[in-house]
Amino acid sequence: MSVNNEFRPKIVAFCCNWCSYAGADLAGSSRLAYPADVKIIRVPCSCRVNPMFILRAFEKGADGVIICGCHPGDCHYSTGNYYARRRMTLLFSMLDYIGVEKGRTRVEWVSAAEGVKFSDTMNDFVAKIKGLGENVRLGDLRCKN
Amino acid sequence: MQELITRAKELLADGTVARVLGWKIGDMPYNPEPAYFETVESLDKFVYNGFCGANLSKYMIEASKLEGKTLVCLKPCDTYSFNQLLTEHRVDRDKAYIIGVGCKGKLDIEKIKKTGIKGITAISGAEMTDACDTLEIDTIYGKKSCSYADGMLERCHVCKGKEHKIYDEIIGESRDTADGERFAEVARIEAMSPEEKFEFFKSELSKCIRCNACRNVCPACSCRKCVFDSTKFDSAQKANVDSFEEKMFHIIRAFHVAGRCTDCGECSRVCPQGIPLHLFNRKFIKDINEIYGEYVAGAEAGSRAPLVNFDTEDAEPSIVNER
Repeated sequence: MSVNNEFRPKIVAFCCNWCSYAGADLAGSSRLAYPADVKIIRVPCSCRVNPMFILRAFEKGADGVIICGCHPGDCHYSTGNYYARRRMTLLFSMLDYIGVEKGRTRVEWVSAAEGVKFSDTMNDFVAKIKGLGENVRLGDLRCKN
Repeated sequence: MQELITRAKELLADGTVARVLGWKIGDMPYNPEPAYFETVESLDKFVYNGFCGANLSKYMIEASKLEGKTLVCLKPCDTYSFNQLLTEHRVDRDKAYIIGVGCKGKLDIEKIKKTGIKGITAISGAEMTDACDTLEIDTIYGKKSCSYADGMLERCHVCKGKEHKIYDEIIGESRDTADGERFAEVARIEAMSPEEKFEFFKSELSKCIRCNACRNVCPACSCRKCVFDSTKFDSAQKANVDSFEEKMFHIIRAFHVAGRCTDCGECSRVCPQGIPLHLFNRKFIKDINEIYGEYVAGAEAGSRAPLVNFDTEDAEPSIVNER
């Protein structure tokens, strides 16, 4: 029996309840394919994503983290995603500063009507993380195997 | 210093203030410590010299809850922190009588010791009334001397300016000490390859013993309940066990004060391991200035910090990949 040694990344996707989670639902009901490597965590708003969530996801073995929210201006709570946008920009810049490869983190705005965009984004992100390989710089060694 | 003590005694005697918050003589010539003085006699132990680097604005959070006014001595850079605390409603302006003290740069004893001066018994030339050009140091091995600028804290070489942003009166003269580029070190690290950056921070942060001194001294870190004290936090109340926990603590610590940090440099001053912690805070300040426009935390009370504000035309986070 052959063993498949292909690298399968672990991707954590934080999706806002009102847009992106519904977008993922639409992608599913439209039978659009995206890799099973993406694990979705539903949050009330992209603004709910604490920088610690992202760091902890990496700690526990994630290879990439993507945050999806409503398009700017369409936030269910009016302005949440504007704050999230500033926070994530600074956090991503800090991760780059301490030597984590660019591209392991991403923010995408996906509305409830954009099932196609959701699956395209996830396909693209998984391909990108596969290219970067395993996350070794931001992991807790105790969590590996 | 005598003028400062005389004025403090006056205000304490006539009941304008109930206590004085300043520095008292420490057990060594180079370690004065922050202290409250409640009587005129106790002020004989008051000291203000080149080693009084401690930022007293954070003590005003507690002092604001006490009866009566507190006279607090603030250096120019400390007034930024006080303004920031005022903006966040953490201190009460009516409970503070602020004496803006002059500053000619503050000294770092570790830097002086690194020049090879050991066994210090007395130091002169660090009084803020002196010219502050040369330090004359008595040691058990004889007399030594050291240039004042060589012994100065890193933060004083990139000083924001000697203007007090908030005060009731000013005592003492200041001298401009800025002779370095504030973001030069941050820019140098930014230009490194990811591998080099990773190695640099690994070597620096692996020194961390998680004493929490950087958090405790930080005037912006003033939450009543801190995430680092929560038992749910992975590295709460214990030393970091791996390189991830080291990074997590320092990223989160700096992130929590991003946009509110006045770059007072206290974190780096108190670090017993000599980790350049200001490099994290300054990276956030640099990013905020470049992406969201120039912002100086604490320059004026009541301004809105960048992370509790937004603009509909803000850059997307993908800008990080293009820089």
